[in-house]
Amino acid sequence: MAIKPNTAFLASYRIYVAAFFVFLAAPLVAAGMFAFNDSVFPSLPWQGFTLDWFFNDTEPKLGMFHDRRLLRGLYYSFVIASFVSLLSVFVGTCNAFLFVRCKFPAKDFFYIMMVVPLVIPGVILGISILLLASNIANGAEESLSLDLDFLRPGIVLVVLGQFSFITTITSLVIIARLKKFDESMEEAAYNLGASRVRVLRTITLPFLFPAMAAAGIVAFLVSFENFNTTLFLVGSEAPLTITMYDRMVKVGSTPVLNAVSFFLMVGSALLALVSVLVQRDKPQT
Amino acid sequence: MMQKDIKRLSLILLFAPFALWIVLLIILPHVGMLFISLREKVAPRVYEFGFSNYVNFFTEPIYWNTLLRTGSMSLLVTVLALLLGFPIAYYIAKIAGNRTRGALFLMCLIPLWVSDLIRAFGWILLLRETGVISSSLQWAGLIDAPIEFLYNDATVIMGLVYTVILFMIVPLVSTLDGMDNAMIEAGYNLGGNGPTVLRRIIIPYAMPGIVSGCIVVFMLTAGSYLTPILLGGKNSSWFTEQIYDQFITRYNWESGAAFGFVLLAFTSLVIWIGLKLSGQTLNSTVARS
Repeated sequence: MAIKPNTAFLASYRIYVAAFFVFLAAPLVAAGMFAFNDSVFPSLPWQGFTLDWFFNDTEPKLGMFHDRRLLRGLYYSFVIASFVSLLSVFVGTCNAFLFVRCKFPAKDFFYIMMVVPLVIPGVILGISILLLASNIANGAEESLSLDLDFLRPGIVLVVLGQFSFITTITSLVIIARLKKFDESMEEAAYNLGASRVRVLRTITLPFLFPAMAAAGIVAFLVSFENFNTTLFLVGSEAPLTITMYDRMVKVGSTPVLNAVSFFLMVGSALLALVSVLVQRDKPQT
Repeated sequence: MMQKDIKRLSLILLFAPFALWIVLLIILPHVGMLFISLREKVAPRVYEFGFSNYVNFFTEPIYWNTLLRTGSMSLLVTVLALLLGFPIAYYIAKIAGNRTRGALFLMCLIPLWVSDLIRAFGWILLLRETGVISSSLQWAGLIDAPIEFLYNDATVIMGLVYTVILFMIVPLVSTLDGMDNAMIEAGYNLGGNGPTVLRRIIIPYAMPGIVSGCIVVFMLTAGSYLTPILLGGKNSSWFTEQIYDQFITRYNWESGAAFGFVLLAFTSLVIWIGLKLSGQTLNSTVARS
């Protein structure tokens, strides 16, 4: 305790903090709760508990696990998020070695360049990549009559668009960890006659692994929930957030969206827990 | 000599992915966008260099009014997020006990893992005419008819603060965490009262965290799309909506690109001014947290 304020002040401070957390939880509780309400509208009054919005296979209460379009969205989201997290962890690890271990001119400048994608609005990232890709594709079609299909809106562009800013996040996470690494451990291994590759494989990478895993999970989640950048790059293979948005705008809110929300919240909470555990597991020496 | 070659080779190998990423996905697209925004369509498939897309933006009041509205509302959201978030961050970093601290910090992060879409959806369910709050108030007999809480500016601002406040709290907690409690105690011992200690010691110390949080929050707010549209309805007039409109509805990529650049320039300008006023640099704030 740093400050010793009077008790009345501390009590009202505590109430404020509690109220804040209620505010944080309120919409999430609302979004999750109505997944279990036995009604075709996600609103009060409470009609009783049901799991229909997850498992029922007939209209009008088609559950999410029987809704083809939602399942397809989930599948595309999963594919996209997996690619994004693998790619961004790979490049993030390279960036970590580059910025922690190497000396090169204008390093500060490049470091800022690495951080910049995080502060560019997602919408702008989306349209700028869309424009470049379409122009290249159009150019190739006109002058070389090449059909570069992957440069049209679709999964590849979505992956690239999300990768463009998620890599900054993974880099920052892995850089923070690599900075804590004690280089004398590597030197000891060299002195014992180990090769570079072997030192990297048996000492440095195992040390970095918790950060890489955590960065991968963060990347996966950020990709899964991304909307702004994806919106402009999406083709016919719409990921889940886009499918949900479409449903919300066209059909209006239905409890099946609550079911998806609940499913996603539980899934992300579990993944987030894993990422915390992975990072905490090894006692740091 | 051999050692030096290996060093050079590994530098090149490590630099290549970084360079590919930044050049192909960040620099080239933005340069391309700049070029496209600077061309005018004079006939189908015939373009000329010119500034008409930008001239259009400044001569059409609805466009720059939307930008100013987006900018001022984003500033308001940033200030609110700072005012509401600072006490929470301070509580987590300095007042909470060791065990509750970690739990509270994690609880702060939970909404971060939940999509914007779900959060906005939750607010819609709470605030709409048939929503939880309206029907609870009716049930309690406080109001006679359902009230629509959605589709007004106050709700949009509240929703945006909700969406971004975590990005304010997290850097604040990490800066305040590094602060030595002795500094605060020394302030008190030297006769300072609460507000003085806050103003003279805590806030100056937390400045990098404050600036970093404000930058991220402002950028996220100005660039947000879902929250203003879903909570504000069709007439929320958010600038990203205009960009989407130019691109997807009107298929006018030239003017959409110009709008994108205007947004980018505007937000960068605001951040540059913020950094100058607070005497910080991008390196000392965002990069650190």
